[in-house]
Amino acid sequence: MSEIVLKGGQVVGPEGMDGQDVLIRDGVIVEIGASLEAEHVIDCTGAWVGPGLVDPHAHLREPGQEWKEDIETGSRAAAAGGFTAVVAMPNTDPAIDSGHLARYVSERGSDVGLVDVMPAGAITLGRAGTHLSHLDELWAAGVRLFTDDGDSVKDAGLLRLAMEYLSDLGGIVAQHAEDSTLTHGAHMHEGAVSARLGMRGMPALAEELIIMRDLALVELTGVRYHAQHVSTAGSVRLVDDAKQRGLPVTAEVAPHHLAFDHREIKRMDPAYKMYPPLRTEQDVSAVREALRSGVIDVVGTDHAPHAAAEKDVPFDDAPRGVIGLETAAAVVNEMVQLEPVAFFERLSVTAARLLGLARHGRWPEPGVPANLVVFAANETWTPQRFASRSENSPFRGRVMKGRVLATIHDGSVSYEAS
Amino acid sequence: MKNFLTIEDLSRGELTSLLDLSDEFVEVLGRPIPKVPALRGRTVAMLFFEPSTRTRMSFERAAKALSADTMSFSPSTSSLSKGESLKDTALTIKAMGADALVVRHTSTGAPWRIEEWTGLPVLNGGDGAHQHPTQALLDALTIRQHFGSLDGLKVAIVGDIRHSRVARSDITAFTTLGALVTLVAPRTLLPVDLDGWPVRTARAIDEVLDSDVIYLLRIQKERGGASVLPSLPEYVSRFGLTWSRFTQMPSDSVVMHPGPMNRGVEIAPEVADHARSLVEPQVANGVAVRMAVLFRLLGGEATDV
Repeated sequence: MSEIVLKGGQVVGPEGMDGQDVLIRDGVIVEIGASLEAEHVIDCTGAWVGPGLVDPHAHLREPGQEWKEDIETGSRAAAAGGFTAVVAMPNTDPAIDSGHLARYVSERGSDVGLVDVMPAGAITLGRAGTHLSHLDELWAAGVRLFTDDGDSVKDAGLLRLAMEYLSDLGGIVAQHAEDSTLTHGAHMHEGAVSARLGMRGMPALAEELIIMRDLALVELTGVRYHAQHVSTAGSVRLVDDAKQRGLPVTAEVAPHHLAFDHREIKRMDPAYKMYPPLRTEQDVSAVREALRSGVIDVVGTDHAPHAAAEKDVPFDDAPRGVIGLETAAAVVNEMVQLEPVAFFERLSVTAARLLGLARHGRWPEPGVPANLVVFAANETWTPQRFASRSENSPFRGRVMKGRVLATIHDGSVSYEAS
Repeated sequence: MKNFLTIEDLSRGELTSLLDLSDEFVEVLGRPIPKVPALRGRTVAMLFFEPSTRTRMSFERAAKALSADTMSFSPSTSSLSKGESLKDTALTIKAMGADALVVRHTSTGAPWRIEEWTGLPVLNGGDGAHQHPTQALLDALTIRQHFGSLDGLKVAIVGDIRHSRVARSDITAFTTLGALVTLVAPRTLLPVDLDGWPVRTARAIDEVLDSDVIYLLRIQKERGGASVLPSLPEYVSRFGLTWSRFTQMPSDSVVMHPGPMNRGVEIAPEVADHARSLVEPQVANGVAVRMAVLFRLLGGEATDV
């Protein structure tokens, strides 16, 4: 394997930054120091060099919806966004509810080889919410995070059983918190904008009620719980309170919820349609502050590709979701302005630790697997085209601050900006 | 005017000017031969993706009274049932030579999308529970004909405001023209958030019987599969315009309804048929205001008709 040197960057470690070169050989960081040389030199002047990003929440759509994305295009998008590991959500067709399906996803990820793809497993068979999926098989296939993402597990009795079962294994129950009895027929946040547009809204409470219930079940079962794409101030308070009570709870936020509020929907552009929906200005401030303070532990992109024609319809009729892998780092950088250490903790270190990804989320030092990103926090760019198969991004055409210059996955360059 | 999508785009002056033009078309429609050649050779396509007879016929009548040709699209017999996308349908109709599109759709914002795709003048014939701007024009015209002006008039809108594009458009038009609007509905039928709306609210029709105009909306017990009312008789007891309530209204007040009416529910039959019910003038004025809008969209700014 060839040698790579990351030259002239600010190498980020737990104590801060240091201007050094990083020499990579055979998949490992071999030396950090001044004036290092190698065959392949990547100019990192002025950029942060830190652990490759880890996304606990991406939809790679394979198997079953390859016209939107597949593991190859999704991996390319992830690499372009600075990610070296992603968790693939199980709402595929078929849903990832058994061992061989989970193995298929991770093996496809290895074959592509641009990013580690860790499958998440469905909690219930076929995500139908009625029977437990093959939890042991999924665990044996490397699944650590279990979710019916896209839907909540409605049945509290069934969820309790899943929590009890998974607490034995050490798995994480992750929830897409949405009480569907409060969101039926709705396409956006319930509030001033939905009232004006005459659209049925999804109240903040639809998210918060599920989190409330789940936290009570966590207290009962002791399972590790992860609140996916938290979007409301109320959810932030619930998570904060649960953590103060010592419950084993973590939370994630999606980049679009840090960037936009529901007023964007006034133009009724399906590029802004996703669940949970864009909330109020107060909610945006609350999730930004929670990510800053660490109440929200990690960023999950909720990368949700849809083909152009599927989104080129009226707002109500459009599928939900936006892509996010390629813009996440820039959005977090611009909207939350974290110090470099906190930036990498929220986007990499914490998620890797949570998921048990020992080769990821490691601060650069000799001997550490070379999963790294080079991120120029002050460089601006405008996303126009995407590595993803889909282009349903609300950030398309907007000037972004913070750009991924290169991504190193297992010692190889998986992305390099042109 | 490049399009006519929402009443919210119009200033008081623009609204007034459209109503003045509508008055001229009211006169045209009263002539022995109620037709002018203003839009001869132009083609107006009616794209009603939501079933509608009354509104579509009103638009067709308006287009024909301006000597325009019309084409009509109905979803049940169309390519949509064969899986064609809305965008392809719109582009196909454009390619056939339509000069303007009248669009009605169950999805909020559909007319905006169609305007983006086609670049043609689009006239919103009702989108979701969002906007129905020609209804607002015809309602404002009807009130202005009766009272001379909307300034300072007390207008109560009673019924399912939450799911009503008529209410959303009327509120904007009426208040822009100076009326004082009160919304009357059970909480389940009011918009969830009225912050910033220039309206007051009341919890029973008895509180607004001193209004100059009571505007009743059509009531449906089920909305989107959910029961929004305990029962229709309970609705009538608190919100129905019964004969006894009608007799308590001022002698120069009027009653309006966008149709189709549920006689015996939101409006008592004898109120619907009373001389102070403006339901028929509303329908007649619908043709005139739609002529005015089509003329502005396709005929330029000239006022000579």
